[in-house]
This record gives sequence, structure tokens and C-alpha cells, in this order.
Amino acid sequence: MTVPLDVGPAGNGTERVALVDLLDRLLAGGAVLTGDLVISIAEVDLVQISLRALIMAVRDETEEDEA
Amino acid sequence: MTDSSDTAVYLYGVTRGLDPAVLGDSPGVAGAPVRGVATGDLTALVSTVRLDEYGEEALRANLEDLAWIETTARAHHAVVDRAARVAPTAPVRIATVYHDDERVSQVLREGRERFGTALDRITGRSEWGVKAYAYPEDDRPAEEAVPSATGGGSGPAGAGTAYLRRRQEQRRRRTEAGRRLSERAQAIDAELRVHAVAVRRHPPQDPKLSGHAGTPILNVAYLLDDARVPEFQALVRDIDERSPGIGVEMTGPWPPYSFIETDGA
Repeated sequence: MTVPLDVGPAGNGTERVALVDLLDRLLAGGAVLTGDLVISIAEVDLVQISLRALIMAVRDETEEDEA
Repeated sequence: MTDSSDTAVYLYGVTRGLDPAVLGDSPGVAGAPVRGVATGDLTALVSTVRLDEYGEEALRANLEDLAWIETTARAHHAVVDRAARVAPTAPVRIATVYHDDERVSQVLREGRERFGTALDRITGRSEWGVKAYAYPEDDRPAEEAVPSATGGGSGPAGAGTAYLRRRQEQRRRRTEAGRRLSERAQAIDAELRVHAVAVRRHPPQDPKLSGHAGTPILNVAYLLDDARVPEFQALVRDIDERSPGIGVEMTGPWPPYSFIETDGA
């Protein structure tokens, strides 16, 4: 298959990062520390809340819905 | 260091041996300047943020807002990414907020050992993402059934049986195709993971979110020794080329988001 490999040189990568790839990592990755101010937004909640927001937003944008 | 009661301190990550000057003047979340809070050999990267955006209540609402999530995620990533390119950096989960610098120092002191271990693990290494997609192979036209003598004259019962059989057959074929794809995905991962220090699988991305045309069959993060990256890239390219019907994509280098585990705290 001919799919471009996104292995661009280090340095200018930041701008091209796809949001989905970023959220894979930011919502499910990173050290889990309990902050002072979001105690009730536990890790799992955070992921669920955010993904729900994402999916709703995407649905709104693509009105076609079920293909 | 914190002044008023309507601000808090947003933590991006923890680094070792980083001169915060390297981060320059580029702003962090909410356009706030980024600074370092140093404790021993560890430096926390932080910004002062306003509670009316990052307080618990505000966060609840903001995390429902895709535009806010995207802006914040990109700003968080920009800071972590810049740091990770020059020093070992352990990113923390997005939206980790403390009362003030003193609390951040305390977290560093208490987590000293864990952060040390986490940073040791990722020093001289970086995270790379590999995703594989399946594309409709040949247009095997679902063989829509050749309804062989649809149940004679026995009316609805016979037609119903034929229908059910057809559905069953479709389902069986779909399951079979899914199983084959999953086997190919496993094989790709197996070939790649022997080159990695650590591996973490992410769930396949919803095509609605990724906008990708193929069917996602693999989404994995690999922690690689920096020296082995070129070899790994070549291997990914090679797998991509010799896999008919499958596209393999690689992203990176990422800060080691998927390989920081400092549970507890």
C-alpha cells in the first residue's frame, strides 16, 4: 500500500500532530498524579468526559451520520 | 510563590537536568508563560493559570468543549515536546492542577524516587506511534446470495429460512475477515515489538475522529532507544510495502506519554 509515513524530521513536528493521536496519549498517557483541584475528576472520568465531547462534536460536524 | 487566591499552578511534566531557559518565551496553556519549579535535580514545568478556567467547576465544563480540549492539548503538548527534545521529560496527564508552587515542590519531593525511576527508563529513548489500516482488498462482491430456489412454495417460512441462512453466512464471513485482519495486525506488532524497549497498545481510533478511510486494525506506541530509530523506521516502511491491503503509518518522536507510570501519589 502507498500510505505516506509520517516520519518527518524532528523539530517541526508539533504543528502537524493529529488531534486524535495527541488525545490517545494525553488522555490515556502521562503520569497520573492527583492534582489539588480536580479530585473528583478522576482519570477515568476525564477520559470519558473528553471522548464524549469529541464524539458529539464530530457527529455535529458530519451531519451525514450513518453512512 | 503564588499570590492571589484566584490562580492555581498547572503542571505539564517533570524533567531532569533541563535549563528552563531552553523553553524560551513560548507560552503554555491559556497563553501563560512557562517556568520551572526546581527541587533537587528535578524540575517541574508549570504555568500559573486562572481558577475561572482551571478550577474544578470550570474544568468540568471545559472538558466538554472540544475546542477548549484541542487548544489546551496542543499547548500542553508544545511545552512537553520542547522539553522532551532536550532532556528526559515525564509528562503528566492533561489538566493536573495544584494550589501553588509549594504544593508542586512537595509532589516532587514525595515522588522523587518514582520520578527518578520513570526518567531513568526514558532517558535516551523516545516514543513512536505505529498504526495500521486495512483497505478493502479485492472487490469480492459480497456474493449476494444466488438464492437457490427460494424455499419453494412454502411461503414466508421458506423465504425466512433462506434469509436467515444468508445473514448467517454474511456474519460468518465478516467474522472470518475480522479474524484474519486481527492476525495480520498481531503479526505486524510482533515483528516491531522485538525492537522496542516497551510497548503499549492504544485502542484503534474511531474513523469518525481520525477521518481515515481505512479500517483501523492496530494502534501501538513503542518506546525506542534513539539509536535504533532509523532501523525501526526502515522496518515499518518495509512492512508497509510488503503488506497488500494494509497501510502502516508511523508518527513521532513523541514525548514518552505512553510510558510513564508513577502510580499512587
